[in-house]
Amino acid sequence: MTDILMPALSPTMEEGTLAKWHVKVGDTVSSGDIIAEIETDKATMEVEAVDEGTIEALLVDEGTEGVKVNAAIARLSGGDSAPAPAPAAKSEAAPAKAEAPAAAAPAPAPAPAAASAPAPKRDGNRIFASPLARRLAERKGVDLASVSGSGPHGRIIKADIDAAQPGQAKAAPAAAPAAGAKASAPAAAPAARQAQSLEQMGIAPGSYDLVPLDGMRKTVARRMTDSFRDVPHFPLSLDIEIDALLAARARINGLLEKEGVKISVNDFVMKACAVALQKVPEANASYSPEGIAMHHHADIAMAVAIPGGLITPIIRKAETKGLAQIAKEAKDLAARARDKKLKPDEFQGGTFSVSNLGMFGIKTFASIINEPQGCILSVGAGEKRPVVKGDEIVIANVMSVTLTCDHRVVDGAVGARWLAAFKELLEEPLRMIV
Amino acid sequence: MADAFDVIVIGSGPGGYVTAIRASQLGFKTAIVERAELGGICLNWGCIPTKALLKSGEIYETLDHLKDYGLSVEKRAFDFTAVIQRSRKVAAQLSGGITFLMKKHKIEVVEGSAKLEKGPDSSKGGAPTVVVGSRKLTAKHVILATGARARTIPPIGLEPDGERIWTYREALVPENVPKTMVVIGSGAIGMEFASFYRALGVDVTVIEMLPRILPVEDEEVSKAAHKAFEKRGIKFKVPAAVKKLAKTAKGVALDIEIGGKAETLEADVCIVAVGIVGNVEDMGLEALGVKIDRTHVVTDSHGGTGVPGLYAIGDIAGPPWLAHKASHEGVHCIEHIAGLKPANLTAPIPGCTYTNPQVASVGVTEAQAKEQGLEPKVGRFPFRVNGKAIAASDTEGFIKVVFDGKTGALIGAHLIGHEVTEMVQGFAIAMTLEATEEDLHNVVFPHPTMSEAMHEATLDAYGKVLHI
Repeated sequence: MTDILMPALSPTMEEGTLAKWHVKVGDTVSSGDIIAEIETDKATMEVEAVDEGTIEALLVDEGTEGVKVNAAIARLSGGDSAPAPAPAAKSEAAPAKAEAPAAAAPAPAPAPAAASAPAPKRDGNRIFASPLARRLAERKGVDLASVSGSGPHGRIIKADIDAAQPGQAKAAPAAAPAAGAKASAPAAAPAARQAQSLEQMGIAPGSYDLVPLDGMRKTVARRMTDSFRDVPHFPLSLDIEIDALLAARARINGLLEKEGVKISVNDFVMKACAVALQKVPEANASYSPEGIAMHHHADIAMAVAIPGGLITPIIRKAETKGLAQIAKEAKDLAARARDKKLKPDEFQGGTFSVSNLGMFGIKTFASIINEPQGCILSVGAGEKRPVVKGDEIVIANVMSVTLTCDHRVVDGAVGARWLAAFKELLEEPLRMIV
Repeated sequence: MADAFDVIVIGSGPGGYVTAIRASQLGFKTAIVERAELGGICLNWGCIPTKALLKSGEIYETLDHLKDYGLSVEKRAFDFTAVIQRSRKVAAQLSGGITFLMKKHKIEVVEGSAKLEKGPDSSKGGAPTVVVGSRKLTAKHVILATGARARTIPPIGLEPDGERIWTYREALVPENVPKTMVVIGSGAIGMEFASFYRALGVDVTVIEMLPRILPVEDEEVSKAAHKAFEKRGIKFKVPAAVKKLAKTAKGVALDIEIGGKAETLEADVCIVAVGIVGNVEDMGLEALGVKIDRTHVVTDSHGGTGVPGLYAIGDIAGPPWLAHKASHEGVHCIEHIAGLKPANLTAPIPGCTYTNPQVASVGVTEAQAKEQGLEPKVGRFPFRVNGKAIAASDTEGFIKVVFDGKTGALIGAHLIGHEVTEMVQGFAIAMTLEATEEDLHNVVFPHPTMSEAMHEATLDAYGKVLHI
């Protein structure tokens, strides 16, 4: 008997939705058969059987959200036989079948002993936290639902609470003194930011619809909060004249018309980013506690808005690719991103990000660092603007860009040098091919 | 490429063989290298054979006070050779068990001493090559689990001669029972031999350099153990420093210094139990750039040595030098290699001493808690008021628990008494799961058991003890 565990489809995946079963109890499966579809925060993936045998039980219903990584989702009989009789050896020698059973219990366990701390709910499931973690969280004012556990099966342990931020709890009530919410003042109330009800903050119940947080929204919320809070970031802005670029684009697209390839301004931007990263490699870096990772290649992640959120598919080794290829890849990635058909390795591990809101007419904006990348470029709309040339005012097509830098790896001067290199490339696009 | 593996484990003690089994379970093609018996020191020359001897000693001691139970025996006696033979048979049986386990898990056992040299892909982050005799074995991952051996101090004579000066190894298989014995070192190994030989009637004197015996244990437990052993006739020289150990015509003579005064002790034999050193030599570790700190390999939190593809677990990777710690580290290491993201190695590691009475502990002592700036909340419960202990005439000893007064987390447990080594695990589970006093108070303990004293001790820490 073997338990099939919830797979981790990406390094950051903590839980997922069991979207669909492709097998039912009694089915025989062999290695490689598709058994289920898992929807994560970023994509829908098919799960293949690793062992062969007969499906003895499906432990998680179709459509169940928040299934923790490594939780048992189904049980397979046959194939791997029952544990062999323990040989005559000391206890450690007994074959360890430890991983599976602990997580196998599908039904929620009876209410935990620590009844004094009402177990908060997340997706209707019990939050697994050690007794000590529960107590410390309550005292510190940390909402367990906002903590991801590092213990076995994602259990929240003391270390997670020690690392959690308590301050937010107090900030919320202070922000809404007019609401007469004095009652929430006692420190005993576990009032983390997320736990503050909208009502306490002055929004009347019934005046809104509540959209549940799906996996992507939770990931966006967590990653952006972590990044904005923990990464010392600063923006650098620059105006770029793009008349030459627009002219080059028109000529190139004319040449490529027969092949059905169309190059966007954004494709130029990505190509220029890659080349600029070659020229200023210090900007192609990631902070880690062990040291600064200097990336060998410019893997450019492009922010793509998709229903319910966004995702950042990656053009790998963009410095080695021509404009036409970048255009083709970008188009394909964006299309598949919208269909949620990207594979994890297509949206994880970029070294530099580009976010373009030009098509919406946005003039300038500063994106939040996409950890662990050292920089993200925010691209505004190209528009005709009056520009001073010599002592005359002339009309030029101008695009404003803002580079947000992680100051731990990219200092102001490095960011500025990178922007200068980038500007030079876009203002004279021929430089991109030399 | 018959000699290419995914994983090669060097050393087949409880660290190595468990790691090899787990590696095989995870689908790695695995080999294990052993220069002596499968099972290492633990199974062959340590944990297991000593437990066999101690059981004989304990029964023999019980025979001395059978009257307590309304029983009698005409004349108690032992056959020393048979006692030793039983111990060897137990070790052999278990070593055979490992042979079976290796076969079952399709792990190739390579007999011989391993040497490491730069692997063919070392420039590309490849693991070192393992040379055993004429064979060159390659693997993606090499795990050192070579263990440790008794520390000796030759300049002052603390060096086994196989005849009158023993380490644990000689002490396990002597031909005759000595009349008098000196044990240097009162850690678990020293005290277990002292306890066994004293049970058989040997005149035993234990010398400890630190201010108290079983120095890693909680002070109260050390004191209680000292008394309990003294009651059985073991003599102590504490604290005392050994200046010189020398062989004499019929035994050994020790010059020691105690309380600033010189003293000379004479005995038939002497057991040297002054700690252990890691087996780091003659494997070419230095040439590979492995960092070694005082006979132990320096490792990261997953057993990594810093040399690509080379890991170290168990005794060779540093204290505590315990079989279960080695197994635990080994499993963690190989699961980490397999990308399973095992939980951090933060679980408290219990320690057990199988003397009579037994001593067991997990977590911090009361003194350590204070040193860490915590406000310990301490509870105790003696076995003399425990029903099962009274019924069995096993009333010696007590249980002491230490809580963090601020958080209510259980942070230490210290036990002395009959079979407490089988009880300490309850506290280890509680600590690993981060239990607080509330959880422990809510646990239902079966009656009548000696384990009820565990519950009572946790209640006592919070002024809720019932049976005192």
